[in-house]
Amino acid sequence: MAQIFGKSSSSIARVSLVSGFFGFFVFWGVVYMIYWSSWTTAKGVPREQEVPFSHQHHVSGLGIDCRYCHTSVEKSSFAGIPPTETCMTCHSHVWTDAPMLAPERQSLATQQPLNWKRVNDLPDFVFFNHSIHVQKGIGCSTCHGPVNLMPLTWKAHSLYMRWCLDCHEAPEKQIRPRDQIYNMEWQPPPDQRERGLQLLKDYHISQQRLNQLRDCSMCHR
Amino acid sequence: MNRAEDRNIRIPFGNCPKVYRAINRWAIFGCPFGTPVNRSRSSILFAVLALATMLVGCRRDMFQQPYSKPLEPNDFFQDNHMASRPLVANTVARGHLNADQAFYTGKVGTNLVETFPFPITREVLEQGRERFDIYCSPCHGRTGEGNGMIVQRGYPPPPSYHIDRLRQAPVGHFYDVITQGYGIMYSYAQRVEPADRWAIAAYIRVLQKSREAKLAELPPAERAKLEEQK
Ligand code: HEC
Ligand code: HEC
Ligand code: HEC
Ligand code: HEC
Ligand code: HEC
Ligand code: HEC
Repeated sequence: MAQIFGKSSSSIARVSLVSGFFGFFVFWGVVYMIYWSSWTTAKGVPREQEVPFSHQHHVSGLGIDCRYCHTSVEKSSFAGIPPTETCMTCHSHVWTDAPMLAPERQSLATQQPLNWKRVNDLPDFVFFNHSIHVQKGIGCSTCHGPVNLMPLTWKAHSLYMRWCLDCHEAPEKQIRPRDQIYNMEWQPPPDQRERGLQLLKDYHISQQRLNQLRDCSMCHR
Repeated sequence: MNRAEDRNIRIPFGNCPKVYRAINRWAIFGCPFGTPVNRSRSSILFAVLALATMLVGCRRDMFQQPYSKPLEPNDFFQDNHMASRPLVANTVARGHLNADQAFYTGKVGTNLVETFPFPITREVLEQGRERFDIYCSPCHGRTGEGNGMIVQRGYPPPPSYHIDRLRQAPVGHFYDVITQGYGIMYSYAQRVEPADRWAIAAYIRVLQKSREAKLAELPPAERAKLEEQK
C-alpha cells in the first residue's frame, strides 16, 4: 500500500508544533501589548480642546492652586471642571481679546457651558470618589501625573482595574501627608514604607479596611 | 500514489493537501472545510463566523449607562441639554435655607455686622489662611497688598488691605465682598462656603493686624524669641 504520509510530514508536524507553541505566546503577547498601549488607553496622549487651556501656564506659570478651579475635589466624588465664570474672574480683564478665548466669551454671553472633552473617564459601572482619596493622603500627581507641566491635559495612567488594584493592595507605597496632596513634585522618600505604614495608622485605615478595598462591590456598586 | 484511492479507503479528509494530512496526525480539526478548491472561501467564512461570535458581546451599554453623572450632557432636558439642573422657581435647595441672616449675608437689616458670628479659634485662622491663599492671593497677594501674580500680568490692581478705609471696615464688609463681589471683582460665593468666607475675613484681620502689632502685645514667649533675634 502507498505511504499515507510523505517524507516531509514529520518535519512539518514538528515545525507546526513548535510554532503553535510559540505562536500562542506571541499572539497573546501582541494582544497584551495592544491592550496596554496608549493607542487603546489614550495614556500620555494630549487631548485637543475647543479652548487650548494650559495647566502648565496657569499652575506652574501663575501659581494658581488646583482648588481655585476644581473646587469640589475635597468634598465630593467629583472634582469638577470649572464653569466659564471661573475663567472669567480673571479673563474679564486679562487677555480679553485673545482669539483663542473666543469660545469662552461666547459661552459667557450665551450662558451655554463650554464642552470640555473628558480626559480621564471611567466606565459607568465603576464607582470612584475623589474626596476619600484626597482625605486619605493620595495626591493628585499620583493619579494624574505632572499636571503642572501639561500644555494640554493628558491621561497619566491607563485607569484600568489592575492599576486601581495595584494601589489598593499596597497603598502604603503611595500615601502621603495631608499637606503634600497638592504638591505636584512629591516623590516617595526612601523610607516611604515605614512612613506609609505609619500614615495608614494615622488615617485609621485598618487591615480589615484594606481587605475590603479589594472587594468587587467596593468599586462595582 | 492514488489520491482517490486513499480518500476512498481510509484517510479521513483525504482530499486535503499534504499539510493538512500531516496535521491530521495530531490535530482534532484536520481539514474541516471540504475540498481544497473552495478552501479560501470557506476559511473566509470561518473567520467571519468567529469574528461574529466575538462581536456579539461588543455593546458598550455598560460603559455608558443611561443615568446622569454631574456635568454630563443629557437630551432628556430640553432647556439646557445638561444633567445639571437649575433650581426650580420658588424653592429652596436642601441645606440652603440660610435663615441666619447675619451668618449668610454678613448684614443685619442693611447694616454690615461688626462681629464674627462664631468664635475665632486657631483652627479657623489656619483654615482661613489656606482658603485665602487658594482663592484670593492670585490677585491680592499673600500679604494682602494687592500685588498678586495676576495683577503683575495686567489685571487691574485691587486696593491694599492695609489702607485705613479697609482697616476700619466692619468684618461684614469682607464677607459681603466675597459673597456679592465688588466693582470688577467677581463673587466667590459659588466656590467659597459661608463658614470659609468668615474664616477668610478673620484671616484678613490677621494680615491687617500683622502690620501694626506692637511688641508689647505679644505673648512673653514669642516676645523673648524676637528679642533674641534683635
Ligand atoms: C485655571 C483653572 C485650573 C486650575 C488652576 C487647574 N485646572 Fe485642571 N482643568 C481645568 C480645565 C478648564 C480643565 C478641562 C480642560 C482639560 O482637560 O485640559 C481641566 C482638566 C483637568 C484634568 C482632566 C479632567 C478630565 O477631563 O479628566 C485634571 C486631571 C486636572 N485638570 C487636574 C488639575 C490639577 C491636579 C490641578 C492643580 C495642580 C489643576 N487641574 C489646576 C482648569 C484648571
Ligand atoms: C486666576 C486667574 C486666571 C484664571 C482663573 C484663568 N486664567 Fe487663563 N490666563 C491668566 C493669565 C494672567 C494669562 C496670561 C498669562 C501671561 O500673560 O503670561 C492667561 C492665559 C490664558 C490663555 C492663553 C495663554 C496660554 O498660552 O495659555 C488661555 C487660552 C487661557 N488663559 C484660558 C483659560 C481658561 C479656559 C480658563 C478657565 C478654566 C482660565 N484661563 C482661567 C489667568 C487666569
Ligand atoms: C486615586 C486616584 C486619583 C486621585 C488621587 C485624584 N484623581 Fe482626579 N480622577 C481620577 C479618576 C479615576 C478620574 C475619572 C473619574 C470618572 O471618570 O468618573 C478623575 C477625574 C478628575 C477630573 C475630571 C472631572 C471629574 O471629577 O471626573 C478632574 C478635574 C480631576 N480628576 C482632578 C483631580 C485633582 C485636582 C486631584 C487632587 C486633589 C485629583 N484629581 C486626585 C483619579 C484620581
Ligand atoms: C494611589 C493609591 C490609590 C489608587 C491609584 C486608587 N485608590 Fe481607591 N483608595 C485608596 C485609599 C488609600 C482609599 C481609602 C481607604 C480608606 O479610607 O479606608 C481608597 C478608597 C477607595 C474607595 C472607597 C470609597 C468609599 O466611599 O468607601 C473606592 C470606591 C475606591 N478607592 C475606588 C478606586 C478606583 C475605582 C480606583 C481606580 C480608578 C482607585 N480607587 C485608585 C487608594 C487608591
Ligand atoms: C479598586 C476598584 C475595583 C475593584 C475592587 C474591582 N474592580 Fe473591576 N474594574 C475597576 C475599573 C476601574 C474597571 C474599568 C477598567 C476599564 O477602564 O475598562 C473595572 C472593570 C471590570 C470589568 C470589565 C472588564 C474590564 O477590564 O474592562 C469586570 C468584569 C470587572 N471589573 C470585575 C471585577 C471583579 C469580579 C472584581 C472583584 C474581584 C472587581 N472587578 C473589583 C475597578 C475595580
Ligand atoms: C481675579 C482677581 C481677584 C481675586 C481672585 C480676588 N479679588 Fe478682591 N478685588 C479684586 C479687585 C480688582 C478689586 C477692586 C475692585 C474695584 O474697586 O472695582 C478687589 C477688591 C476687594 C476688596 C476691597 C473692597 C473695597 O471696599 O474696596 C476686598 C475686601 C476683596 N477684594 C476681598 C477679596 C477676597 C476675600 C478674595 C478671595 C475670596 C478676593 N478678593 C479675590 C480682584 C480680586
